[in-house]
Amino acid sequence: MSEMRFTKDHEWVRVEGGVGAVGITEYAQHALGDVVFVDLPAAGKVLAQGGEAAVVESVKAASEVYSPVSGTVTEANAALEDRPGLVNEAAESDGWFFKLTLSDPGELADMMDRAAYDAYVKDLD
Amino acid sequence: MPESFPISGTISGNRALQIEEPLIFELGSDGRLGVDLPDPAPVDEDRLAGCRRQGRIGLPDLSEPQVVRHYTRLSQKNYGIDTGFYPLGSCTMKHNPRLSEKMARLPGLADLHPFQPQKTVQGALEVIDSLAGWLKDLTGMPAVAMSPAAGAHGEWCGLMAIRAYHEDHGQGHRRRVLVPESAHGTNPASAAMCGFTVDPIPARDNGRVDVDALKAKLGDDVACIMVTNPNTCGLFEDEIIEIARATHAAGAFFYCDGANFNAIVGRVRVADLGVDTMHINLHKTFSTPHGGGGPGAGPTVLSDKLAPYAPLPFVVHGEGGLRLVEHVAEAGGAKPFGRMKGYHGQFGVFVRALAYIMSMGSDGLRQASTDAVLNANYLLARLSDVLTPSFDGPCMHECLFDDRFLKDTGVTTLDFAKAMIDEGYHPMTMYFPLVVHGALLMEPTETESKETLDAFVEVVRGLAFKARSGAAADDFKSAPRYTPRRRLDETLAARTPVLRWKPGANATAQAAE
Repeated sequence: MSEMRFTKDHEWVRVEGGVGAVGITEYAQHALGDVVFVDLPAAGKVLAQGGEAAVVESVKAASEVYSPVSGTVTEANAALEDRPGLVNEAAESDGWFFKLTLSDPGELADMMDRAAYDAYVKDLD
Repeated sequence: MPESFPISGTISGNRALQIEEPLIFELGSDGRLGVDLPDPAPVDEDRLAGCRRQGRIGLPDLSEPQVVRHYTRLSQKNYGIDTGFYPLGSCTMKHNPRLSEKMARLPGLADLHPFQPQKTVQGALEVIDSLAGWLKDLTGMPAVAMSPAAGAHGEWCGLMAIRAYHEDHGQGHRRRVLVPESAHGTNPASAAMCGFTVDPIPARDNGRVDVDALKAKLGDDVACIMVTNPNTCGLFEDEIIEIARATHAAGAFFYCDGANFNAIVGRVRVADLGVDTMHINLHKTFSTPHGGGGPGAGPTVLSDKLAPYAPLPFVVHGEGGLRLVEHVAEAGGAKPFGRMKGYHGQFGVFVRALAYIMSMGSDGLRQASTDAVLNANYLLARLSDVLTPSFDGPCMHECLFDDRFLKDTGVTTLDFAKAMIDEGYHPMTMYFPLVVHGALLMEPTETESKETLDAFVEVVRGLAFKARSGAAADDFKSAPRYTPRRRLDETLAARTPVLRWKPGANATAQAAE
């Protein structure tokens, strides 16, 4: 499994073969509480790094999810439609939001790796 | 004798006057009637064709006393401003003076028909015109659109006027709107509905707009900024003049969300702050019903630049009295962006607002906003040593705490709020604004006495000490105990909502499970 990269807004991206899977982090799902609805981008949608990509709604709040990298959406996680709780159960694996082909893989270089993100989160509490 | 009975609890499931009330569809029995109507004359021929009803409508069959009891019991389960202190504040409901209610029920006003000839409704037009005059005086603004039906509708009105101005001046490319992170959710929603894109402005550590960040985002594609003042943290935006100056210098307009106008009436004229347009929530500032008590109203004041684009209809002084302008052709060269609503706006609310304003007088309005701020600061002062205030005081009409005081107690803001219900209080606003963690936002409003506030403070202090004792987390987690229903499963309700009763479903039994 390839390495994950993280944003300050608590999204992650895992790239394999030029395709990135995107989701929200364990920290984010815990802060949100029970997720009740996820609005996902359609395949073919072009996303810019940091642009609005999805909406996640929990019992506490509705929040925007920003795309950690630029690219074109290839697939949304259909499983979340029926089971939004998957985001809580497996935020950083089966609870992925969408996949996209990266238009600029160079963007990954400036993002946090696991150790840096963990340190960042530790600082927030 | 029942064949079986519970050892504890009651046989009926009721707890004294806390009655288990079924849905109205679960009451009654076939053929029972509240009103005995004669059988309709047989119809030989009708034009219903395929629209003819095929089966039962499914209305419940009930007697009149059953209906009366049903709704009376439901009303008794409600907690409202007439029941007790309500720290959600004016966002949801504040006291509606009975005098205003009486005025709104005067037959000459209540029984008007919107299609009556204008010469027969001169008094009603005068009510609208007088209220408009007060709103212009209190804000210092030259014009007001009276028809928006609520706060968010007023936001939309102001933004549409801004958009119309830009398009009329070759500035139609201005489509970006700057909105602070702490804004009401309606602000970005209204901007998006108006075809704008929303760009968030971060806050500073003191809870106010980061002016440098705002300036950095201004540009020739910005249509306007939307700033709430006082803001949703209950703080006055102390750099508001500079914010307005920078915004105007960039060719953009300043939309002020006037939801919190109730904190500054009689003390600040928003025109002096450089505001171009602002909606006024009559229910918040001028004590008209809201939140189940009636429709809202969101008259929107406009600057000289924006006034020509005000929506239809509006009242003008003409020959032979007041006249309602309903068409562009009659608008005397103005360029209304359209019409937002049927008829003239929420007339019944206008009557209440005008009655409130006239009964208070300008000195009374000033005292109301002053007392609202005083009461909030009293709560802030009396709770600051046990709760954790998010920002340094003084505050305006509401005081904001976060959940740092609950750190490591195992108790959350939600648990705390549920425990308040057991104490007989409606909880304050929770988890909003989002800019602080686990927010507890309290707005006492101007109408509460010191005795009421002191009793509330004692409860909140007691709960805070209990939470921090470290031994009461389970107690909080199991609150509320004394309500007809314990803690509801919000997640299940959101994920698989049951939105209506269906024949055969037993909602009461389901809810009790």
